[in-house]
Amino acid sequence: MGAEGPVIEVRGLKAQFGEQVILRGVSFAVTRGEVVVVAGGSGCGKSTLLKHMIGLYEPAAGSVLIDGVDIAQAREAELERVRRRIGVLFQSGALLGSLTLLENVMLPLVGFTSLSRRGAELVARLKLSLVGLSGYENHLPSELSGGMQKRAGLARAMALDPQVLFFDEPSAGLDPVTSAELDLLIKRINRNLGTTMVIVSHELASIFEIAHRVILLDKKAKGIIAMGPPRELSEQSSDPRVVDFFHRRPADAADAAELDENGGMKA
Amino acid sequence: MAQGQEPAYEMKSEPAGGGGLRVEISGRLEMNALEGALERFGRLLEESRPHRVELAVGGIDYLDSGGALALCLMEEAARKAGADFRLAQAGPEVRGMLALVDLDKIRRRPLRAEERGLGFVEQVGQASLELWRDFVELVTFLGDFLIALSRALRRPRLVRWQETFFYMEQVGVNGLPIVGLISFLLGLIIAFMSSLQLKTFGADAYVAALVSVAMVRELGPIMTAILVAGRSGSSFAAEIGTMRVNEEVDALEVMGFDPTDFLAIPKMLAALAVVPVLTIYSCVAGILGGMVVGIWGLGLTPYTYLHHTIDSLSAYGITTALIKSLAFALIIAGIGCQRGFVVRGGAQAVGSATTSAVVTAMFLIIVADSAFAVLFYYVF
Repeated sequence: MGAEGPVIEVRGLKAQFGEQVILRGVSFAVTRGEVVVVAGGSGCGKSTLLKHMIGLYEPAAGSVLIDGVDIAQAREAELERVRRRIGVLFQSGALLGSLTLLENVMLPLVGFTSLSRRGAELVARLKLSLVGLSGYENHLPSELSGGMQKRAGLARAMALDPQVLFFDEPSAGLDPVTSAELDLLIKRINRNLGTTMVIVSHELASIFEIAHRVILLDKKAKGIIAMGPPRELSEQSSDPRVVDFFHRRPADAADAAELDENGGMKA
Repeated sequence: MAQGQEPAYEMKSEPAGGGGLRVEISGRLEMNALEGALERFGRLLEESRPHRVELAVGGIDYLDSGGALALCLMEEAARKAGADFRLAQAGPEVRGMLALVDLDKIRRRPLRAEERGLGFVEQVGQASLELWRDFVELVTFLGDFLIALSRALRRPRLVRWQETFFYMEQVGVNGLPIVGLISFLLGLIIAFMSSLQLKTFGADAYVAALVSVAMVRELGPIMTAILVAGRSGSSFAAEIGTMRVNEEVDALEVMGFDPTDFLAIPKMLAALAVVPVLTIYSCVAGILGGMVVGIWGLGLTPYTYLHHTIDSLSAYGITTALIKSLAFALIIAGIGCQRGFVVRGGAQAVGSATTSAVVTAMFLIIVADSAFAVLFYYVF
C-alpha cells in the first residue's frame, strides 16, 4: 500500500437523525502516523462523527474514505477488509463479559489470522503486556476497574496491529492518574507502531499531551470551526468559540437557553 | 495485516566461520508468519548446531508486533541451544518494535489459574446452596411484594397507573392474536379428535360439552398462562434485569423510590387485571374452534352446539377458572419481576434470568394447577 496520501478522508459529510441535522459539510483528512483529536462541547457531534468514520452510521451526504475505500459504498467483503485494518476502543471498553481478558483479545486473532491457538495466545499475551495487564489473563472484565477495562479494550483493538485506531472518549470516567497513563500508552503505541489515531475527547490536558492536530466541532455551526495543532489554536485563534473551549470559559447564557430547547441530544 | 496465506518473508542461512550460522530474514515478517518462521529457525538450529548465530534483519521491510515476537523467540531459542546470539542490521524501527516485547511478562503466570471444572460433590453442593438461596430470595421477594401490594391498595394514588395501563396493553391487548389463534386451534383439534371417537358410539352430541368443559376447567387457564409467561414474564425479567445492569434500579433506590413499588406493582396489577380476561377470551376462542367442527364435521346447527355448550357450563366451573387465572397471573408477574431483580453482572445474566423466569413460571403454573385440582375436588 502506498505510504503517500491520507489514510482517512472525510468529504462533505452530513450527519442526520430523522429531521435533525447534527453535522454538515465536514471535510478533513488524516495522514499516516498522525494523532488527531476530535474535540468540542457535549452534543456537538463528536461521537456521531466517529461512528460515521468507522462505518456504523451511514452518512446522509458525503463520504468517508479509509485507505481510499468509501466505507458507505463498499461491498461487504471490501468493508470487512477495511475493518480488519482498523481498531476501535469503545467508551466503556466493550469487552465481552462472558469471556476472560485473554479470550477477549484472542477473539480477532483466532478469527482472522492463520495462527494456531497457542500462537494466538502468545500474541494476545504480548498485547496484554503492552497495555500493562500481564497477569490478568484469566480475569473476567467485570472483575477489573474501569481503567483496566479500557486498557484491555485497547489490547483487543490492537490485536491485529491495525493501521488506524479509533478512540471514543478514552479518558472519560478515569481518574487523572490513570487517564495520564492512558495518554502515555497512546503516545507510545503511536511512536513505536506508527499507528494512525483518531481520538474523540474533550479533556484539555489530554489533548495538549497527545494530539498532533485538533479538529474542533461546534454544536451551533454543526461542523468544524477550527483545525490545527492544539498549542497554535489555543494561543493564536481569535474565534471566541475556540478561545472559550481552550480556556474553559462557560458559553454565554444564550447557549444555555438553546440547550434547554433542544433537549438531551446525545453526543 | 491479517490476510494472505503466503508467507511474504524469506529466510536464508549460510554457515559463518568458526561454527557460526548467519540467518538472513527479509520481506514482510508479520503475525501470520510467526509460527512458520519459528519452526524453520528451529530446524536450522537443529541441523547445524551452531556456536554463534547472527540474525540479519536489514532486509525486513514490514514488521508487526507478531513479527517482533517471532524475532525475540528466535533469540531465545538460539540461546537455549547454547549459541551466542547477535542481531545484525537492526534499524531504529525494528529496535523500536523489539523494545515492546517483554518475554518475561508474556510468560509470567496469570494471577489466577484457569477455572478448573468442579468435581461431582462440589457441583451437588453448589447446586444445593444455589437452590436454597433461590428459595430464600423468592420468599423475601414475596414478602416485599405483599407489603408493596398492601401499600398500593391502601393508597392507590401512589400507584403508577399510567405504567399499569401500558403493561395492560402489552400483556393483554398485544397478546390477543396469539392467545386467540392457539385456543381456537386447540378447540378445533379437541373437537375433531373426540368426534372421531364419539361417532363410533353415536355420541356426537357430547362434543360440544367436552370442548367447553375441557377449555374452561383446564386448557383455557393453562394455555393462557403459558403464553403470557412466554410473552410477558420473559419481558418483565429482561426489562428489570437490564435496568439492574445499568444501575437504574440502584438509582431508584437511592432516590427514595421502592423498586418493588415502582417497577413490580404496575406489572403485577396489569397482569392481575388482564390474565383473567385473556382466559375467558381463550375459552370463547376454543369453543368457537369446536363449533367449526360441530357445524361442518358433525352437521350440528350453531344453536344446538351453543345450547349444549351453555348446558355444560356452570358458575362453579367459570369461577374456578377465574381464580386459577388470578393465581397464574400472580406467579407469572411475580417470578418475572423477581428474576429481573436478582440479575448481577452483564448481558449473559439478563439472558439466563429471562430463561429462568419462563421456566420457573411454567413449572409453578403446573404445580399450582395440580394443587387447585385437588383443592377444588375435596374442599368445595
